[in-house]
Parts: sequence; structure tokens; C-alpha cells
Amino acid sequence: MSDLVLLIVTGLGLGALYFIAASGLSLIYGLMGVLNFAHGAFITAGAYAAWLTMGALPAGWPVVLRLLVGVLVAVCVGAVVGRVVEVVLIRPLYRHHIQQVLVTVGLSLAGVAAAQGIWGSDPRAVESPAWIGGTTDMLGARLPDDRFVYVLVAGVLFVGLLALLHLTRLGLVIRAGVENRTMVEALGIDVHRTFTVVFALGGAAAALAGALYSQYAGAVSPAQGGSLLIYAFIVVVIGGMGSLTGTAVAAVAVGLVQQLANYYAATGVGDLSVVLLLALVLLLRPTSLKGATA
Amino acid sequence: MTSPTDHVTDHPAGVRPAGEDLVGDDTTGTPPVTLGEPTSPARGPGRLLRILAPLVGLAVLAYLPYVAVELPGVLPDRVNGPGSLQLLATCLVVGGIALSYDVLFGRTGLLSFGHALFVAAGSYLLTVSLSTWALPLPVAVLAALGLSTLLALVVGAVALRVGGIAFAMVTLAFAQAASIIVMRNPGGVTGGEEGRPLDRDAVPDLLVGVANAPYRYWLALALVVVTWVAVAVLVRSRAGHAMAAVRENEQRAAVLGFGTYRVKLLALVAGSFLGALGGVVHALVLGGSNPHLTTSEFTLSLLVMVVLGGAGSRWGALLGGVLYTYADARLVEVSNAAFLQGLPDVVRQVLSQPLFILGAFFVAVVYFAPSSTSRRRA
Repeated sequence: MSDLVLLIVTGLGLGALYFIAASGLSLIYGLMGVLNFAHGAFITAGAYAAWLTMGALPAGWPVVLRLLVGVLVAVCVGAVVGRVVEVVLIRPLYRHHIQQVLVTVGLSLAGVAAAQGIWGSDPRAVESPAWIGGTTDMLGARLPDDRFVYVLVAGVLFVGLLALLHLTRLGLVIRAGVENRTMVEALGIDVHRTFTVVFALGGAAAALAGALYSQYAGAVSPAQGGSLLIYAFIVVVIGGMGSLTGTAVAAVAVGLVQQLANYYAATGVGDLSVVLLLALVLLLRPTSLKGATA
Repeated sequence: MTSPTDHVTDHPAGVRPAGEDLVGDDTTGTPPVTLGEPTSPARGPGRLLRILAPLVGLAVLAYLPYVAVELPGVLPDRVNGPGSLQLLATCLVVGGIALSYDVLFGRTGLLSFGHALFVAAGSYLLTVSLSTWALPLPVAVLAALGLSTLLALVVGAVALRVGGIAFAMVTLAFAQAASIIVMRNPGGVTGGEEGRPLDRDAVPDLLVGVANAPYRYWLALALVVVTWVAVAVLVRSRAGHAMAAVRENEQRAAVLGFGTYRVKLLALVAGSFLGALGGVVHALVLGGSNPHLTTSEFTLSLLVMVVLGGAGSRWGALLGGVLYTYADARLVEVSNAAFLQGLPDVVRQVLSQPLFILGAFFVAVVYFAPSSTSRRRA
């Protein structure tokens, strides 16, 4: 029983990270039809921004404070990077979907290589507050504290994004754009400005995921973003591209399946069963992937 | 979902045909479908040149192991030195693999991110069947090719249920799963991060050892020739014409009565077979299987090669593959170049990464010449 509780909590924590990384991807895809490979570079950028900020702040400050500032800086960096990429590279290629994908592919290769050149390819250890590595006893299981943080952050992000989508004018435009972009344009609304906002939002979420993932892994490394991105892709596909709620459900499912299978079957089976889950979804409900309803 | 304004969009809401992106702003004014190879009107001398030029090039390449000239800065040692020949052989093998990827991307318009899976399958199945299963070389090659093709059939059948960008994501996921399996090293079969070396006793002596580099070079050249001819035959066949039709406009091809699913599956299986062949030769030339072959990064670099060279053209894909591999191996020297010494450390460190230069160059090419990356011949 305690094993199960532990696995569920760790699975939820992992799913929370997947959701944070996938939410921006899903919004970007749903609204703009861009499969953003550079999302991995955004994630890496966030992780390094947080790590560098924590190193630059005076060592006398408590680690929690430095981590908080680091995460904030990471989110800002992610938003700026996302905005710049959209304005400079994506916007001129509007209507060339394949080319947009190709540009983000090149960006992801160059971004990882740049990080490797500057900071080396070896993982660099990240400081964590003492309590984040600790555990809490609950229902007879010793649960790692950091997972609660991830779940909390993901929950806040989910509610925040839902509120943004459903309560603001910007959200209205985004939802309308996901459903029928041409119609929104015909009504005289500048969808392009919304694209920039969504890309900045996605970049910020990706950077947040990167900063938290470096806490999860205990280190930053150039390849981190890419490995998280693959699962984010899978989550987005399973969740029905462009749907935020679908992404959340899929993220939780993927996280749980991965943890449970890794424990009860064998290490590595969990990662594979995620792909099997994807194949199953494709075989049973191929239509759910073609369009999106936010 | 359905609104009275759906007619505003080109396609019914929610339906995103896979070919849409490649045809983009294809208007009804253009001729419906351009089939097959560039129909060059050249007859007589022009045609002769088109046939002769590759043959002369091939003869020159085949003669290289007898050329004992030093090319400082271009090749690591003499042209027929083992280091140079190994580098050239690697370039040719990757060029052949890029050619096989072009069957999917350039010829059929399938944006697959899983091609590495089949190349790696060819490579690993060969090394594993030689050492773990102790099969003789011809049987091992056949087993590697057969099993890889079967894998392509299964993966393709599932992944092609979706089109366009979703297809890209699904193939990526499958390739990633394979990458995970290889890295986990189940039962010590794949060798994990170390890779799996080629069993030297199981292959002919001609392919082993530093002194025999010319033979490996010729093997790589043979791969390029075989792949080249296979692609040429394929694109001129009925199936090749159907593939071109799917690439130009999938909906139109479907309306014309092509079974687009079967055409795409055929393209995927044929491309994967050639890719697996490339993987087999890769393992023989490089003396083993490297887990780098399984990574999504490898597929992405194949994509970069094909796009840089020119999608949908045999010369383009081949040259793209060869030059990319060459640049990847030789660009490291750029960071030591004298004219860079004055630059700040950070800039030098970044420029010392070949992938950074190639990635940035790729972005620039796509950005400044977006139409060059998808073949439009209308």
C-alpha cells in the first residue's frame, strides 16, 4: 500500500513536470500549427538561467530565496526568448508550416551546441533547499517533498492558464483562433499579436519546467531539454493537440504509467509503455489528433 | 466545430491533410500534379552528359585510394591514407543514408522524425546477429534487412494513421522508444552507451584493420551507388509517380484514385529498407554500432542534410549528407584558426561546436530561402 502511494505521488510529480513543459507546446500548436522543436532549447535556457542566477546571488542568502529568484529570472528569460524567436524567426515564415518546424529544429540543434560549448556537456550540480530533498510521512509512505512542489506549481499554472483562456479577452481570441483562425482574422482581430503572446507564454512555461526539472534531476546539462521535450510531445499528442485539459489529463496518465510500470515491471518498461500508450491512442482514436477544440 | 464560415478555410475544420504544408499556397491555376522526375527535354548531347557525368565522378571516386597527394587543411593525411579514406567512407555512408531519407521527405513529403530508428535497426541487428546469435555474415545482413523492413511496416502502419505534424511526432516517439531500449542495454545485447563493436572474426579480413581502409571506402561507395540506382528506379516507377502525387497534393491524389495510405506506407518501407542497408554498411565501415545512431538528433541532422542539399533531388541529398558529415568532422579546426584568436572566449567556445555552426547555417538557409526547402515544380 505504501509503495503504491509513493508511486502515485512520484508519478503525479513527474506528470506535473510534463504538463508544465507541454502546456506551452500545446497552446502554440493549437493556435499556430507550429510544432516547436525549439521548446527543448527554451527548457534548457530556463534551467541554465536559474542555475546561473543562483550562482550569481550572494551565497549568504538562504537557498530557497535564491531558488525563487532563479526561477523568476528563468521565467522572464524564457518569455523573452520565446518572444524573440516568434518575432524574428517564426513570423516571417507564416504560411510555411514545414519551414517553421525546420527553423525550430535548427534552433534546437544550435541551442544545445551553444550550451555545450559554453558550459561543457557534463552535468553541473544544482543547489537545492534542504527540505526539498527531504520526505514527508503520509499514509505510511515516505513521500519526497519536491513532488508536492511540482504538483502545486503545475496546478497553479493549469488554473492560471484556464482562467486566462476563459476569463480574459486575450483568452477568448486564443480559443477562437484555435477553433477557426481564418474567421477570427475575418472579424478584424490581429491574431499575429496573439501569436507573439502565446509564444512568450509557452517560452515562460518551458523555462519554468526547465528550472524545476533541474531541481528534479539535481543538475543542469545541455541535453536535459531534449529528453523532457520528447515526453512533452507524447503528452501533447495523447492529450489531443491544442487542448489544455486534454494535455493535463495526458500528462498525469503518462507520469503515472511510467512510474508504475517502471516499478512493477522493470526499469525502462515504463518509458516504453508510454510509447505503447501513444500507439494505442492512435489506433483507437486517430481522429482525436487531427483537430483541436480548446 | 462546424460553423457557417467553414467555407472560408480551404479545408473542412479539423481536417488537416498531410500534404497541405508542402503545397502551401498552391492555387488552382497551376497544373494539377507534376509526376515523377524532372522531365528534362534534353536529348542527344545533354542526355549523354547527364549519364556520363555521374559515371566519370564515380570513376574518380573509385580511383581515390590510389592517389597519394597531400591536401593540407582539407583531409587529415594523404588522400589514400587510412584517416582520409575512413573520413571519406563515413561521409559517403551518411550521404547514402540521407539519400534514403529523401525518399520519405523529398519524394513523398512525409516529415518523419523516426528515420534513425531504421538505420539503427540495420546497424544493431547486424552487430548483434553476428556476435550474440553467431550468424554468418550473409545471413546476418539478410536478417538485419528483413527485420528492419518488418519493423518499418509495423511502425509505418501505426504512424500513418495520422498525417502531417502528428505523423512527425508519432515517428519521433517510436524512435525515442528504440533509443531508450538501446541505452538500457537489455540483457547486455546492445551495449548501452558504449555501443556494440563489430565481431572482427565474423567479417572477412578485407573489412578489418587500418591497412584495409580502401576496401571499406569502396564498400561505402558501393552503398551510395546501390541506393542511388534504387531511388532512381523507384521514382521512375508507377509507385514513384504516385509518391510525387501524394507529395504535391494528397487530397487531390486521393480523389484521383490513388490509395494514399498504401503509397505512403510503400515509401516509408522502401526508404527504411535503404536506410537499414545504410545502417548495415555503417556498422561495417565504422566497426560497430553507436547509440548516437538511435537518437532523434541523428534524424534531425538527416533532415538538415536533405534540406541543405535540396529536398527531392538525388544529388542534393547525397551532397548534403557528404558535406554535412565532412563539416561536422572538420569544423572543429575552425576554433583553432588564427583569425578567431582575438575573439572573446565565449564566442570561441560556441564556434568550436560544429553543430552550432551547422544549426545556425541551417536556420539561415530556411529563413532566407524558405521555398528552396520544399520542392515546387509547377
